[in-house]
Amino acid sequence: MSPNAIALTVILVIVISGSALGFYAGTRHKMSLEQWTVGSRGFGSLLMWLLMAGETYTTFSFLGASGWAYSRGGPALYILGYLPLASVIAYFILPPVWELGRRHGLQTQPDFFLVQYGNRYLAAFVAVVGVVFIIPYLLIQLIGLGIIVEIASFDAIGRTQAMIIAVVLLAGFVFVSGIRAVAWVSVPKDILMVVASVTIGIAIPGIYFGGIGKMFAVLARAHPAHLLMPGSTANLGHSWYISSVLLSGLGLSMWPHGFAATYTAKSAEIIRRNTIVMPMYNLSLAFIFFAGFTAYLVIPGLANGDLSMLTLVRQTFPAWMLGLLGGAGALTAMVPAAVHILTASTLFSKNLYRPIFAPKMTDDQVARLARVVVVVLSLVSLIVAIYSSLSLVSLLLLGYAGVTQFFPGVVLGIFWKRVSMEGVFAGLVAGVACATVLILGDHDPFHGINAGFLALCLNFGIAVFLSVLRPAPTGR
Amino acid sequence: MKRPSLWAIVIALIPFCAMCFSVSAWDRVYPMVLGLPFTFFWLLSWIILTSVCMWIVHRIESPRTAKDANRPGDRNP
Repeated sequence: MSPNAIALTVILVIVISGSALGFYAGTRHKMSLEQWTVGSRGFGSLLMWLLMAGETYTTFSFLGASGWAYSRGGPALYILGYLPLASVIAYFILPPVWELGRRHGLQTQPDFFLVQYGNRYLAAFVAVVGVVFIIPYLLIQLIGLGIIVEIASFDAIGRTQAMIIAVVLLAGFVFVSGIRAVAWVSVPKDILMVVASVTIGIAIPGIYFGGIGKMFAVLARAHPAHLLMPGSTANLGHSWYISSVLLSGLGLSMWPHGFAATYTAKSAEIIRRNTIVMPMYNLSLAFIFFAGFTAYLVIPGLANGDLSMLTLVRQTFPAWMLGLLGGAGALTAMVPAAVHILTASTLFSKNLYRPIFAPKMTDDQVARLARVVVVVLSLVSLIVAIYSSLSLVSLLLLGYAGVTQFFPGVVLGIFWKRVSMEGVFAGLVAGVACATVLILGDHDPFHGINAGFLALCLNFGIAVFLSVLRPAPTGR
Repeated sequence: MKRPSLWAIVIALIPFCAMCFSVSAWDRVYPMVLGLPFTFFWLLSWIILTSVCMWIVHRIESPRTAKDANRPGDRNP
């Protein structure tokens, strides 16, 4: 067999058997809306952990972490900083979110805002913001997948065909099995991802320099500044690091899909235990950084740093190993993409279409509509992903800055009785507007500080100020 | 919703001080530890220590939350 046939076979076996698990996951359950969106709140520790790890560690951590280590250096470490801190935040916020969800049968983030603040316009606005910011994240997964499979198969499959195959499969298993599919496909995804990153992170510095320590010794002598902040960038210094770690740490649980995943847990205790263990999972990311820094020394000067790890793996390892990495990378894109599509479809059907156009719809009708939306949304995003040429990285940064604006409404709603709906609504609108204007106007970082973080401060300030001025009536 | 205890919050703030606010104190290459630049060694150690801190927080919080969950009348909307 030629190398590209071997790599292609390995990739296809991994992707197809992973997807088969997804189809199988829902066969023993009757798919009501509650089952489809939140797995009937029946996930134990293991499924819950797989779901959370599955949707947090995306193509962006796979290609992005090595890409940032390659092209920016030190600032890439913010990824290792914010992920553990996001678990600390989640420990305090998600159990009360789950508790409220169980009492009121909540399935989505706008549901939470509706119960907490009793205003359907606020809930609809939360749904719109959620859908708008989740779509770039989804597109990144698809485009990342196309790149990974194209390189890993030695161009045996082009990126367009790869995206089409993957979207058909993932739309299929989401349609059939809902959130259960996502958790189950995470099993091979997480195992392969950890195995692949540890292998690559140890072997690549080992082959070229004789070990991780020796690689760093060479790098520290030749380019010490690349290992520190701002590394090979002009303005990503310490104030940028602090504000970005805070923004992303607070924001991670605010992604609509992460928020909704909370409701799948069987108990609040399961969520707490998960958030205690979750920081450790980030140790595997360190190995991806090792590969990125090695690539900086071995193959300098690539225009697109995101391709550095794959390019180096391609010229170092045999074809089957490349296929393994390609398959792992494809699943790492498909799992988050599946949950993005699931969440966006539910938000649209349950929190936008029903309250505004068809208040009489039953839950079963919403479930049917949501599944139709899955198919439509998959097609549309596929077309956009194939034809889009714009850089999506800035859109993703905008997404993070955007969804983090939910944070004041969630945390104040849980812990502060006086918070008023008007304050939260005004703060959210101002925060989203401010982040959008600064980031799309190319003012991020703004005077060395993450623009989304500045928007969050504004948002918090407005929410607290208006609530102090006119507190919510007691007894909510 | 019941707020977490003061001690739990103080301990949960330790990882924030160690991995976020104090960045200018540990963003350096030397001394290298276990072959890693100091920034790397520091962050990787604190990934493990964050789990330890959260385990301590959980030990403090769990008697309180367990009592909370058993409170009658809490289940009604």
